[in-house]
Parts: sequence; structure tokens; C-alpha cells
Amino acid sequence: MITTGADALYMNERDHVVTALREIGAGETIKYRNAAGLQEVTTLNDIPFGHKIAIAEVDGGADVRKYGEVIGRAVEPIAAGQHVHVHNIEGIRGRGDLGTKETE
Amino acid sequence: MERTFMGYERPNGDIGIRNHLLIIPTVICSNQVSSRIMQMVPGAVAIPHQHGCSQIGADKDRTFEMLAGTGKNPNVGAVMIISLGCEVVDPVALSEEIRKTGKPVEFFDIQSAGGSVKAISYGAEVAKRLMADLQKQEKVPVPLSKLKVAVKCGGSDATSGLASNPALGVAADSLIGEGGSIVIGETTEIIGAEHLLAERCATPEISDKLYYIVDRFEKEVERMGADMRGGNPSPGNIAGGLSTIEEKSLGCISKCGTAPIQGVIEYAERIPEHGLYFMDSPGNDIECVSGMAAGGAHIVCFTTGRGTPTGAAVVPVIKITGNQMMFRRMEDNMDVDVSDMLDGSVSLEHAGGRIWQEILDVAEGKWTKAEVLGHTEFSINRIGPSL
Repeated sequence: MITTGADALYMNERDHVVTALREIGAGETIKYRNAAGLQEVTTLNDIPFGHKIAIAEVDGGADVRKYGEVIGRAVEPIAAGQHVHVHNIEGIRGRGDLGTKETE
Repeated sequence: MERTFMGYERPNGDIGIRNHLLIIPTVICSNQVSSRIMQMVPGAVAIPHQHGCSQIGADKDRTFEMLAGTGKNPNVGAVMIISLGCEVVDPVALSEEIRKTGKPVEFFDIQSAGGSVKAISYGAEVAKRLMADLQKQEKVPVPLSKLKVAVKCGGSDATSGLASNPALGVAADSLIGEGGSIVIGETTEIIGAEHLLAERCATPEISDKLYYIVDRFEKEVERMGADMRGGNPSPGNIAGGLSTIEEKSLGCISKCGTAPIQGVIEYAERIPEHGLYFMDSPGNDIECVSGMAAGGAHIVCFTTGRGTPTGAAVVPVIKITGNQMMFRRMEDNMDVDVSDMLDGSVSLEHAGGRIWQEILDVAEGKWTKAEVLGHTEFSINRIGPSL
């Protein structure tokens, strides 16, 4: 799964995001590897080390997946290459304003 | 053939990997006397805390269970209990509970001793004698299947879920394979991933109990009208790239490996032998680690991406990271670096093997960084108000 030379880490075939393995600038074309081989995506924002980059478009309100599992929902439409973080996704669990067990 | 290591055999058959003299204040009022005696007797360790007085019901019971459990921890060879003389935690009951293990237990109270100076003087004499006896004890070969290791993460960043936690999971599977025990906790930090752990429970009853404790916690947060966001993920987690509690939880659970879950136990409850167990505990690092120590863990394996100096009073804490920048910055506190997994130069199995070897070395006596630096943090998770 982890491949030398990749700029970002892809965890599962269901994922919408990869994780940056270095500081990445806006407009860089970065590489990650999935089952089909080496893939590329061009970043739209600066991405700090350890932060997530969208590799697919996600509709506003849709689930976002990492590790093949739901990590939250998009609060606005997300484009491939965009920084994915607290500004555009939100958790669904452990919130006083929502009931429990809303996720699958 | 069963693998062995050298450990201390207790009268009740428990195996210790350290031989501590533990000084237990039954109440906050005896913290100072306890700490002074600890300073006078090298090798003794005290567990000052904020409780033991003005407590009722579940909180009073919890304080008792935490103090008794820490005294019963197999890494403790002898215990000295220091009471004030008027607190709610009964020092006689506490000493009797710990004496069930067969280890030496002494107690006295400061009011009868005649104040701080006389109590420190008397306590130091007792501690000196207990310590001299402990030094005579020799290690014997004991089976590796006796070993109980707790897994915990704190100060997480994205590398925790990608490298250090999965690598620790490999080491956890190695211990389970030898017949040992693994305990994972942090109820707050399985929220969003509890369905994956529940699928791994050995029976439907265990699975139900796991869902129950998660639900109980979420309801408690709701009852308080609170929102966990901002507290969990913490500001440091968010800076490190974690966006939601679900993401943090999914990264957390890989640290316990792949074995079936054999039981869900309460905070500070004794960890059973053989297999993987879940302890209902807070994610708060010191409260969680202290509860695991009170449950009888020999070692805590602690992964961190942001970095922390955390240790524990009677249990070696092995600190593991997948963040190379942090490892270089905080090498004083870190024991194992598995960050080379992230550039693909080392396999998950190899990184896990490195942690497994560290566990074996620490079980044989190698000091962790937290032990070298004298980190002996201790904290009791609370339930209700003080009177």
C-alpha cells in the first residue's frame, strides 16, 4: 500500500482523500498509488504534512471516506485537488446538536 | 515450547516486570507526606491525587478501586498506605484489599503519628525497611503468556493512524499469539468506529456491551449540552491533519491488532489473562493510562504523532511515533520511531516487529524514556460532584 516516491498516501479503494506525506504547495501535480498504479492530482491549495487532499469530487452533504470508512460529511461541494479539513467537512458523531448513531 | 522472560513472581502467582515500593496517599491531605517520603527513599514511587475526601457513591468507589488496583499491580512489590485519619477512603479496607495479593502492605495515619514531621520520619523508616526487603528478591523465568500490555494513543496526528497505530497492532497480534493479553480503552475515541470493533467481539453479548458504553458516553455528552468538537479532535489533532472524531477513531482502533474482543471491562477493572479486552475509559491520557495500570497492565504502549512526555507511576510507558520530525524534536521522550514506514522503505510487519522487540526488552528490564526521566503521572477519572 505504501510506495516509495509517492507524495501522498492512499489507504482504500473507497476513499475520496489521500494524506500528504510532505508539505505540498498549491498547483503542484502530486503522485499517489492505488491498485491501478501511479495516479496524479493537481492541488488547488497549500497542503500541510499529514493533511488530506481530495482525489475525487464530493457533493455538498455527501459522506467523505478515508480508510474505506466514513470520516464525516462535506459541508460544501469539494473538488479534486482541494484541501479537505475542518473548513469543508464535519463530523457527525459525539455532537450535542445531533442525535447518536446517524452514521451507517 | 512456551517462551519465557525474567520477572518477579508474587505470592499470588502474578508476575511483575518491575519491583516498585508504592506509596499510596488515601486522600489529597496526605499527598505532601507521601511525596516527601518518596524523595527520601530512592526507588519508591508515590501516587499523589486530588481525591479521597468529600466523595460519595460511585466516585468514592472509583477512588478506592483505583488506589487498590494500583497497589495490586504486579509491578508493585510492596505498598505503604498513608492516611490522614478522617477521610472517606478506609485505609484498613484498602490495605486488606491489596494484601489479598500476598505482598507486604503497611499503613499509618498522620493524625495518630503526630503531624507531618513525625509522619515523614516514621514513614521513611517503614519505607526503608520495605525497600531493603524488595532488593533481596530475585527474578525467575516466567511464561510470556503472563504479560498484559495496554495500547493507547495520545497527541495524535495523521501519522498515528497511518503508521504508529497499525504497527502497534502488529505487535499486539504477536503478544496475543504468545497467549498474552492486550487491553485497549478510550471509549471517546472509538466513536465512529465502534461498528468495526463490535463486529470483532467474540459473542453478541460483548458486542452489545460495547455499543452500550459508547451510547452511554454520547448520551452523557448530550445531557451536558456539550459538543465534543473542539475537545476531540483536540486543537493539536486538527493542526496535525485530523478533521473529525470519526477520522481519529478509525486511526485509533488499528493499534489493538486483529484478534477477537473477548470482553468489555470497566475502568480500573482487572484485565483478564489471554486475549484482547476493551476497557471503558476516557481518552484523557493520564486518566486512561492510570486506569489501565490499576487494571494490572505491565506495560503501556503509547503512540503519538504530536509528542508527549507521558509516563505512569508503576508501569513503563513505551512511546512510539510515526512522525519523524517530532521524533527528532522530542527524542528525549520517544522510544520507537516507525516513520520510515511512510516512505515505503520499511514494511508494516518490520515496523511492528521493532515494537514487539521493544516490548520484550522492556519486560526484561530495559528502561523506557519515561522511566529514565522519572515520569510517574497518575490521575483518577471522576464521575460526579464533590460534597
